[in-house]
Amino acid sequence: MEISAVLFYVFAGLAVISALAMVLNVRNTVAAAMSLVVTMVSIGGIFVLLDAYLVAALQIMVYGGAIVVLFLFVVMLLNLRTDDFPPVGLRLAKLGGGLLVVVVVSAIPRLLGGVFPEIPAAPTGYGGYRALGIALYTDYVLLVEMVSLLLLAAIVGALILAKRKID
Amino acid sequence: MTAVILGVVVGAFAPVITWIERKQSAVMQDRIGANRADIGGITILGLLHPLADVIKLLSKEDVVPTGANRVLHLIAPVIAAVPAIIAYGVIPFGSTYVFGGETISLVVANPDWGFLYIFVIGSIATYGTVIAGWASNNNWSLLGSLRASAQMISYEVTMGLSVVGCFLVYETLKLTDMAMAQDTTFRVFGFVEVLFGGELPWWVSQFAVLPQWGIFLQPLGFLMFLTCIMAENKRPPFDLPESESELVAGYFTEYSGMRFGLFFMSEFIEVVVIAGLITTVFLGGWAVPFLSQEWIVDRVGNGFGAFAGFGDGFANGFCMLVHFATFLVKVVAVIWLQMALRWTLPRFRYDQVMDLCWKVMLPLSLVNIFVTAALVLLLGE
Repeated sequence: MEISAVLFYVFAGLAVISALAMVLNVRNTVAAAMSLVVTMVSIGGIFVLLDAYLVAALQIMVYGGAIVVLFLFVVMLLNLRTDDFPPVGLRLAKLGGGLLVVVVVSAIPRLLGGVFPEIPAAPTGYGGYRALGIALYTDYVLLVEMVSLLLLAAIVGALILAKRKID
Repeated sequence: MTAVILGVVVGAFAPVITWIERKQSAVMQDRIGANRADIGGITILGLLHPLADVIKLLSKEDVVPTGANRVLHLIAPVIAAVPAIIAYGVIPFGSTYVFGGETISLVVANPDWGFLYIFVIGSIATYGTVIAGWASNNNWSLLGSLRASAQMISYEVTMGLSVVGCFLVYETLKLTDMAMAQDTTFRVFGFVEVLFGGELPWWVSQFAVLPQWGIFLQPLGFLMFLTCIMAENKRPPFDLPESESELVAGYFTEYSGMRFGLFFMSEFIEVVVIAGLITTVFLGGWAVPFLSQEWIVDRVGNGFGAFAGFGDGFANGFCMLVHFATFLVKVVAVIWLQMALRWTLPRFRYDQVMDLCWKVMLPLSLVNIFVTAALVLLLGE
C-alpha cells in the first residue's frame, strides 16, 4: 500500500473513533470538545492528502482552533458538572441517528465490491491559496460581499443582545 | 540531514535561553545573577544552572491533584510542548546551495502554504494551556486558562492580519521565498520616480539604498506582529494567564516536576521560534545585508581583482556557512530584544490587553493592509 493510502486510513480511523468518543463523552463536556478537536485535525489531514492545502489549514485553524476554543471557553465559564444534565429524552433524534447508521452500513458492501472510477489529475495550483483567492475575488465577489454583510449583521446583533443585558 | 542540524540547534538553544534570561535579568537589575551551581568549584558563568534545573525537575514527585481529570492533566503539557517544537519545521535557516549535481536546501519542510502552517500550529498550541487549567481542579488554574484562551484567540486574529501586508509585498506565503525576496536591496526614494515621473539625482539613487527587508517595507506590520506574537507566547508583559501576584502561577499552578518543566520549556522554545519567524519575515532571514548570495558565490568562486577564486564548491560551502551564521546572529538579536522587553515592561491589566488587541491593533492592521495593497497596486512592484 502507498504511504498516502496508509495515512488516509489512519486519519479516517482517528476521525471516526474521536467522533464516537465525542458522542460517548457528552456528559464530560471538555473531553467531548477535545475529541472534536481530534476529529477536526484528522479531517484536516485527509484534506492534505487530497492536495486541498488551504482547506486543510482553514479546517484546523478555524474549526479545530478558534471555534472549539470558544466552546471550551463557554463550558468553563458555565462550569458544568455531570449531574447538571437532564436525562436524555430525544426520541426523534435517536430515530434519525439510527436510520442514518442503517443507511451508511448498507452502503458498505456496495463500496467494498465496487470498482472506483479513475480520478483525473488535478490541475496545477489546485487547492492552493492562489487559485481559491482569485476565484473568490473575481467570479464570486458578489457572494463574498453578501456573506460579509451577513456576518457584520450577526456581529452587530450579538453586540446589541449583549449590551442590553449589561445596561 | 537538515532535520538533524535543526534538532541540535533547538536542543542547544532551549537550556541556554534559561541561562540568558537569568543573566539578563541580573544585569538589568544590577545583580550578579545565576552563579551558584558548580561542579568542584567551577561555575562557568552560571552555565551549569540549566543542568541543575533539569536534574531537579526530573527527580521531583509528579503530582496529580485529587478531583482532577487525570488523563487530560497528564497530556496537557505535551499538547503545549509539541506545537512549539514542530513549528521550527518550516523556518528556513539558509538558502539553497548547489554542490556539483546536488542541491541542498536548509529547511526541513517547505510547503507552499508555509505561513498558514505556523497559524495552524499556533491555534493548536492554545489547547495545552486551556486544558491544563481546566484539568487541575483549581480555581486559580481555571481563571488562568480562561484568560489564556481569550487572549490567545484575540491575538491570533490580529497576528494573522498584521502579516498580510508582508504577503502582499512578497507575493507568497512560502517562507523560503520570503527570505529569498529579501536578499536584495531597494531604493528608498524609488517610489517618487514612479509616482511623479522624472529622475532622482544620482547620489540619491546610489546611496539611499536599504536591504529589501520586511522591517523597512512594513514597519507598522513589524511592530504589530512582534506585539501579537509575544502576546501569543504569554510572557511578560502579556503573562496575564500566569500572573503570580494574582493567580499563584495561573494554569500550571498544580503541575510539578518535568510536567511543569514542559510548560516552562515550551515558552522558551517559542521564544526561539518567534525569533526565527521574525528574522525570516522581517529581518531578511539568512540574507547578508547588501551582499546577495549570487555576489558572494561569484566573488569567492571566481575571485576578484588580484585574488584568485576558490572554485564553485568552496564558494557554495562558504556562502552556506556565512548565511547560517547571519541567521543565527539575527535570531540571537531578536531573542535579546524579547528578553529586554520582558524585563523592562510591567504587566498589563487584563482590560488593557484586550483593548490593545481589539481597539488599537485590529483597526491599525486593517489600515496597514489597505495602504499596502494600494501601494503595491500603484508601484507595481
